[in-house]
Amino acid sequence: MKKNWPLWEVFVRSKNGLEHRHFGSLHAADAEMALENARDVYTRRNEGISIWVVESKHITATNPDNNGELFEPAKDKVYRHPTFYDLPDEIKHM
Amino acid sequence: MSEEQIKELEIQFEARIARDEKIEPKDWMPEKYRQTHIRQMSQHAHSEIIGMLPEGNWITRAPTLRRKVALLAKVQDEAGHGLYLYSATETLGITRDELLEQLHTGKAKYSSIFNYPAISWADMGTIGWLVDGAAIINQVALCGASYGPYARAMVRICKEESFHQRQGYEILVTLMKGTQEQKDMAQDALNRFWWPSLMMFGPTDAESPHTAQSMKWKLKRKTNDDLRQQFIDQTVPQAELIGLTIPDSDLKWNKEMGHYDFGEIDWDEFWQVVKGHGPCNKERMKVRIAAHENGQWVRDAAMAYAEKQQIPA
Repeated sequence: MKKNWPLWEVFVRSKNGLEHRHFGSLHAADAEMALENARDVYTRRNEGISIWVVESKHITATNPDNNGELFEPAKDKVYRHPTFYDLPDEIKHM
Repeated sequence: MSEEQIKELEIQFEARIARDEKIEPKDWMPEKYRQTHIRQMSQHAHSEIIGMLPEGNWITRAPTLRRKVALLAKVQDEAGHGLYLYSATETLGITRDELLEQLHTGKAKYSSIFNYPAISWADMGTIGWLVDGAAIINQVALCGASYGPYARAMVRICKEESFHQRQGYEILVTLMKGTQEQKDMAQDALNRFWWPSLMMFGPTDAESPHTAQSMKWKLKRKTNDDLRQQFIDQTVPQAELIGLTIPDSDLKWNKEMGHYDFGEIDWDEFWQVVKGHGPCNKERMKVRIAAHENGQWVRDAAMAYAEKQQIPA
């Protein structure tokens, strides 16, 4: 039976000091090949100095249907932001 | 889900797009949005892959090393662009295998321009200048597409593609400074590729069945006719500058409109090529399928090796 190469997600650090960022995905038989393919597919023009690959099936993601209960409670917690607090006008920087 | 619930979701969905929000893979979307995107995005991916064939054929015959590395890099980019687009299409729930199957059985289309032969070195210049030029106009418009993975792939592709057009034009600039024979070769290439390039933008708006829905879903940001006009207006002066003549006796500047008027496109030819009767349809498919089939044992061997490595000793 034909087995297809699994899907991998590719993360690239464009330069030191910056985080790895999701660049896209690709198919490869194993991790080593995924790195080699990622180098050819996503960094042909000096886009990166470090690559991470992870097999897509290992990523657990939130479901957008649950966005309300997951993310909306943060919206009414304005006291988490500095602008919520009243200061005397004399205080210029705090 | 009841019909009413779906209606409600559709209304919310249309409102999100109207607000210029992006749609991401796990978001709810109407089935038709999904299918239309699979059709257009895979067609785009297939075009990149088949697009390698006419040019790949010239790599070993490039006249200088400079031309050779440039052409090689361009063809490699096209492979890359095909891969970005296949991955983006797969986020809609179709597998790579199914996508390739659709290409190989002829169920999915690719750009009809690649069914024309590339018979001289000047064709490499003309393809880069006109075909990539037309593709860029299409793709820049798509950077604002509503489906996130498609828009992101387009941004990356547009950044890389401008060198493609410049390397092509440079080939023609060089030929047009050469001998009469070289100039004739450049003009001949333009004569053959001009009209098929105009056809790359697809049927006229009046004849394009998908345009209205695609504009609404921001899968298209400009109509076929608008993009075609933009291409002509931008390309004619580039031809004149290097002494090439656009093969259209009706072509003339319309001062009132601020656009070039142009002659009638042979739509019969367009539909013939789309339906599989172009000069190279069979050849392209034959080469593509052979490459896929001949690579099967390599893919199988790599997979078997990977599985073997995972078994604890």
